[in-house]
Amino acid sequence: MGRKLLTEHINVEGINTFEVYRKHGGYRSVEKALKTMTPDEVTEEVKKSGLRGRGGAGFPAGMKWGFLAKPEGVPRYLVCNADESEPGTFKDRQLMTKLPHLLIEGMITGSYALGARTSYIYIRGELLYVLRILEKAIAEAYAAGFLGENILGSGYSLDLHVHPGAGAYICGEETALLESLEGKRGNPRNKPPFPAVQGLYARPTVVNNVETIAAVPVIVNEGGDEYAKIGIGKSTGTKLISACGHLNKPGIYEIELGLPVEEFIYSDEYCGGIWKGRELKAVVAGGSSVPILPKELILKTAAGENRLMTYESLSDGGFVTGTMLGSGGFIAMDETTCIVKNTWNFSRFYHHESCGQCSPCREGTGWMEKVLHRLEHGHGAMHDIDLLVSVAKQIEGNTICPLGEAAAWPVAAAVRHFRDEFEWHVKHPKEATAPGAVYRGAAVLA
Amino acid sequence: MEPTTAPTKPTFSPAAQAEIKRLLTHYPADKSKSALLPILHIAQAEFGGWVSPEVQDLVAETLNIKPIEVYEVSSFYTMYNLKPVGKHVLEICRTGPCMLRGSDELTANLERITGAKVGGTSPDGNFTLKEVECLAACGFAPIVQVREKYYEQLDTPEAVDAMLNELRGQIHRPILSWEENDLPNSLKNN
Repeated sequence: MGRKLLTEHINVEGINTFEVYRKHGGYRSVEKALKTMTPDEVTEEVKKSGLRGRGGAGFPAGMKWGFLAKPEGVPRYLVCNADESEPGTFKDRQLMTKLPHLLIEGMITGSYALGARTSYIYIRGELLYVLRILEKAIAEAYAAGFLGENILGSGYSLDLHVHPGAGAYICGEETALLESLEGKRGNPRNKPPFPAVQGLYARPTVVNNVETIAAVPVIVNEGGDEYAKIGIGKSTGTKLISACGHLNKPGIYEIELGLPVEEFIYSDEYCGGIWKGRELKAVVAGGSSVPILPKELILKTAAGENRLMTYESLSDGGFVTGTMLGSGGFIAMDETTCIVKNTWNFSRFYHHESCGQCSPCREGTGWMEKVLHRLEHGHGAMHDIDLLVSVAKQIEGNTICPLGEAAAWPVAAAVRHFRDEFEWHVKHPKEATAPGAVYRGAAVLA
Repeated sequence: MEPTTAPTKPTFSPAAQAEIKRLLTHYPADKSKSALLPILHIAQAEFGGWVSPEVQDLVAETLNIKPIEVYEVSSFYTMYNLKPVGKHVLEICRTGPCMLRGSDELTANLERITGAKVGGTSPDGNFTLKEVECLAACGFAPIVQVREKYYEQLDTPEAVDAMLNELRGQIHRPILSWEENDLPNSLKNN
């Protein structure tokens, strides 16, 4: 059984209240940081911890904090990205609902480290019910003297607010999020300038995912070095994995990074295997944007080593035989799943969510959706399969923000590993489009 | 003959005005446009579940910005309804993980039971069906959102009936009166 650094107390009765959370050691990191550490010392611990951004990119959090510009007399901001909307990912909703004070504690300690005097939690608009939970918890923190003027007599003051989005996947991209927080359409900004220099209201800003900020208290309490002892190599600490799809026990699991993928899928402690006694066919391991892998390649690398839940192991083999840990949105598909239909579904998603600024993405996502739709419905031609790969390639790298890649990668990987299934839809359209049709051929492994 | 009266301009209720005043304290005084998204949510709840051009103009006036600044935002974000809707808007998640657990069947069943087509409203005016992208509750698929509540694991006729019966019993759920027992089971404390 792995250590639970974030969710140890998640099922304690009343842990969503200040009183119970405090009784279980809550807000200790605020006391420690504000009373005994300088802001830079807090940042140093986060750097030592090796904590990587939990929203999907996996960029070292301490380094991101280190990039923040600190011109004299200019306000700066910490903004929490709670716009959880990567298909397959649903961990932040759980964390914020059940442990709202953990996020608030992380926001206070993090804001102190960065010198922010006002901070925001940007939450997706669909979760207004979670926004209310956070606001209630924030009010409790103000009443207890952990927010507002002169926190714990330290001279440090902080205001914390929650801000709702209104239904737009793109606002999970940090510059689109900032646009949205300014009351505009969620169109991503060109970089540079990076948010660390010109972010919210053109002020220096750090944007971090909920889970990243929630890891700050334990890092400050136990020290970055202690945190870094958990995990393997550059994948330190624990990660919340959102498991969904055809699993016996879908749900949210906090794992120590380094857990074998096979154990995660089949052990009763985690997902308990594939539902209905079926076989696993494929997994999308890190949210819908990462390459899909057939069973053989998600359990073992091309070199035959056990695939582990780490940033490095999951990306072993690059995009030829590997994938990414991403946001930890783990989507399992059983043997009856139609890969063509699933790929079409994801393409429709990206087409729908493209903001429309860059033509390769605006046109390319719709084009891929259209081609996949005709393949899925038995009207495709062989050259459509190569067309998909070609369109995907021309989106990649040619857009302002990573939504282009997010749309291209799943399509390219599906064709790479399941080309036979695409061809089957072209060669045997009647059979492939019959109700309940299942393709039983093998996947392409390299 | 009765004199014709000009259509009355919409105004926010005192409760909504108080909430807007509170929201405006969250942002720097010269950045009040930041409150646009949350105020549009309030407006939609206040005025029958959608934001008419008149309501959007009211929001513009409230924030002292140009109406186009509201229109360009309301047309970008999918949660704002720009046309009249039924009493309850059922937002059915259609993205991959929900599809794997039967969202296509769920949509077909909801169309059959309510008599509404996706994008339209049932003849009795009770239900508007809307397909949406990932609602971030994939482990509890398939999912429908109705206002501030998620209905999860709607993969049995019983679960669908329970949702619809609950909704039929409700007249109006104003946005400002959310209750904790509205949480889906997956989020309740065990």
